[in-house]
Amino acid sequence: MEHYLSLFLKAVFVENLALAFFLGMCTFLAVSKKVETATGLGIAVVVVQTISIPLNNLIYQYLLKDGALAWAGFPGVDLSFLGLISYIGVIAAMVQILEMTLDKFVPALYNALGIFLPLITVNCAILGGSLFMVERDYNFSESVVFGFGSGFGWAIAIMALAGIREKLKYSDIPEGLRGLGATFIIVGLMAMAFMAFSGIQL
Amino acid sequence: MKFLRNLLDQAEPHFVGDGKLKRFFALYEVLDTFLYTPGEVTSGASHVRDGMDLKRMMITVAVALTPCIMMAMWNTGYQANLAMEAMGIAEKTGWRGWVIGLLGFGYDPGNLLANVLHGALYFIPVYLACNIAGGICEVTFAMIRGHEVNEGFLVTGLLIPLTLPPGIPLWQVVVGTAFGVVVGKEIFGGTGRNFLNPALTARAFLYFAYPAEISGDAVWTALDGFTGATALGLAASDGMAPVLAGMTWWQAFLGNIQGSMGETSVLACILGAVLLIASGVGSWRIMASVTAGALATAGVLYGLGSESNPMFQMAPHWHLVVGGFAFGTVFMATDPVSAAFTNTGKIYYGLLVGFMTILIRVINPAFPEGIMLAILFGNVFAPLIDYWVVKANIQRRERRYA
Repeated sequence: MEHYLSLFLKAVFVENLALAFFLGMCTFLAVSKKVETATGLGIAVVVVQTISIPLNNLIYQYLLKDGALAWAGFPGVDLSFLGLISYIGVIAAMVQILEMTLDKFVPALYNALGIFLPLITVNCAILGGSLFMVERDYNFSESVVFGFGSGFGWAIAIMALAGIREKLKYSDIPEGLRGLGATFIIVGLMAMAFMAFSGIQL
Repeated sequence: MKFLRNLLDQAEPHFVGDGKLKRFFALYEVLDTFLYTPGEVTSGASHVRDGMDLKRMMITVAVALTPCIMMAMWNTGYQANLAMEAMGIAEKTGWRGWVIGLLGFGYDPGNLLANVLHGALYFIPVYLACNIAGGICEVTFAMIRGHEVNEGFLVTGLLIPLTLPPGIPLWQVVVGTAFGVVVGKEIFGGTGRNFLNPALTARAFLYFAYPAEISGDAVWTALDGFTGATALGLAASDGMAPVLAGMTWWQAFLGNIQGSMGETSVLACILGAVLLIASGVGSWRIMASVTAGALATAGVLYGLGSESNPMFQMAPHWHLVVGGFAFGTVFMATDPVSAAFTNTGKIYYGLLVGFMTILIRVINPAFPEGIMLAILFGNVFAPLIDYWVVKANIQRRERRYA
C-alpha cells in the first residue's frame, strides 16, 4: 500500500507532467483562461490517463513486449516497435468515446472544451504517460495508480494556472506580452515554485 | 520646508503636460509624494475615507522590519567577531578593516557597537546594491510605461537583503533583485498585480542559479574560511544532537545563531508581527494558520519518527525558531498581494504554507530550509483557493435563498 501511495505522490508532485516535464503544453497554455473550463479539461485528462495507461499496459505486457506472445505460442516475437502506434490508437479511441459521452451527458462542458477535447488525442502528456509506463516497466496495478496520479497532477497544475490567469485579468501586462507571452512566464515561475518537490526520494 | 515645496512647485511644469522633462515625470513624482502627501482627491462617486493608503501601509511594514534590521546588523557582526576570536585573527583586511580601524571600535564580540558596526559594513552594501538595482528597474519601467513608481519597492528592497547571507557577492544581489523586480512584478504591471512575492522570487532565483553562495556551511559567517552550519543544515545531516550541543532553544529564539542576515531572530520577528497585526497591515489569520500548519505537520512527523532521516528528530517547537520560519511567516507569507484575499482562503493558504514548509524541511533532502519555496508554492495556489472559497460562498447563499 505504501508503495502505491508514494508512487501516486511522486506522479502528482515530484514528477508533475506539466511543471516538471513540461508535457501537454499546448492545451495547458491554451485552455487555462477560466478555472471552470480548466477543471473540465483536467478531469478529462484524469479520465483518459486512468483508462488509457492501464489499457496500454495490458497491450504492452501481453502483446508487444519481447516474448510477451509466449501464451499464443510465439515465444521469440518482439513487437515493441509497434508500441507508439498502438498506444496512440488506444488513446484516440478512448478520447472518441469520452467525447461522445460528454456530448450526450454534459453538453455544456463539451462545448466549452471545443476543439481541445479531440486534441487530447495528440496531447503529449497522455502519450508521455504511456511511454513513461513502458520505460519504467510498471505492472498493471502500478500503471493504474500512475495513470490516475499523473493525470491528477496535470489537472491541479492547469487549475492553478487558470486561477492565476483569472486573477491577472486585472493586471497591466505590457502590450507585446499579453496572452501567450505572459502565460509562458507564469508557467516558468510556477515551475520554480514546484521545484520545492524536486529531490524528494519516495 | 516652504522652500522645498516651492522648489518642487517650480520644477513641476517641466515634468507635466508638454514639459521638456516629461519622460522623467516618474522621478519627480517619487520625490514629491515621498516628501509630501499627494494633493489629489477622489473624484468618482464612491469614496473610501481612510488614511491607510499604499504609502502608509508600506512604511508600516518598513517600520515593523526595524527590529529585524537592527538584529541583522548586530548578529552579522557578532558572529563574525566570534569567529575571528575563535580563529585567532586580530583584524580584517580590505576596506572593512580600514573603516573599523579608522573608527577605532575593534573586534570585540562583547562590545555592542563593534558588532553593529562590523555587521553594518556587510548589511549596508548589500542593501544599497539591492536598492540601486531595483530602483533602476522600477524607474525605467515607470518612465516607459507611464505609471508612477510605487512605494512597494521600499519593502521589497528591505526584504531581499534580510534574506541573504552576509558574504553574498554584490553582483548576485543585483542580478537577483533585477530578476525579482522585473519578472516577479513589473512584467505584470507593478505592485499589486503580481502573483508571486517579488522578494521571494529574487531569492529563489539566486538559490537555484548560484547555490554555492547561498547555501552550505561556509557562507553564513562574514569571515572567509570559517565554516558554521545553520541549525537546519546540522539537523539535516547529523540529527538534533549537534544542534543541541551548539545552541539552546532560547538562543535560537533570540537569534544569535548562524543564518541569513535578518532571519535568525524570532523575537525581532514577533515585535514586527505585533506592529503588523495591531495596525491591520499583516493578516493574523495567515500568521496563525502558518504556525498551526507547521506545528501540526512537525508534530505528526516527530511522532512518526524515522531511522534513516535525522530531520525527523526535530521537535515541533524547534522548527518554529530555527531557519527563516518566523521571518517568512510574518513578512513574506502575509504579503497582501500574493496571499489569498478571502478570510477563509487565508486560513487554508496559511495551513498549506505551514504544511509545505515542514514537508520540504523534513522529507526533501535537497533543501534544508523550506519556508521560501513553501510560500511560493502557496502563492501559486492562492488564486485557486480564493476561487473555491468564493464559489462555496455563492453556493451557500443560493441554498439559503432557494
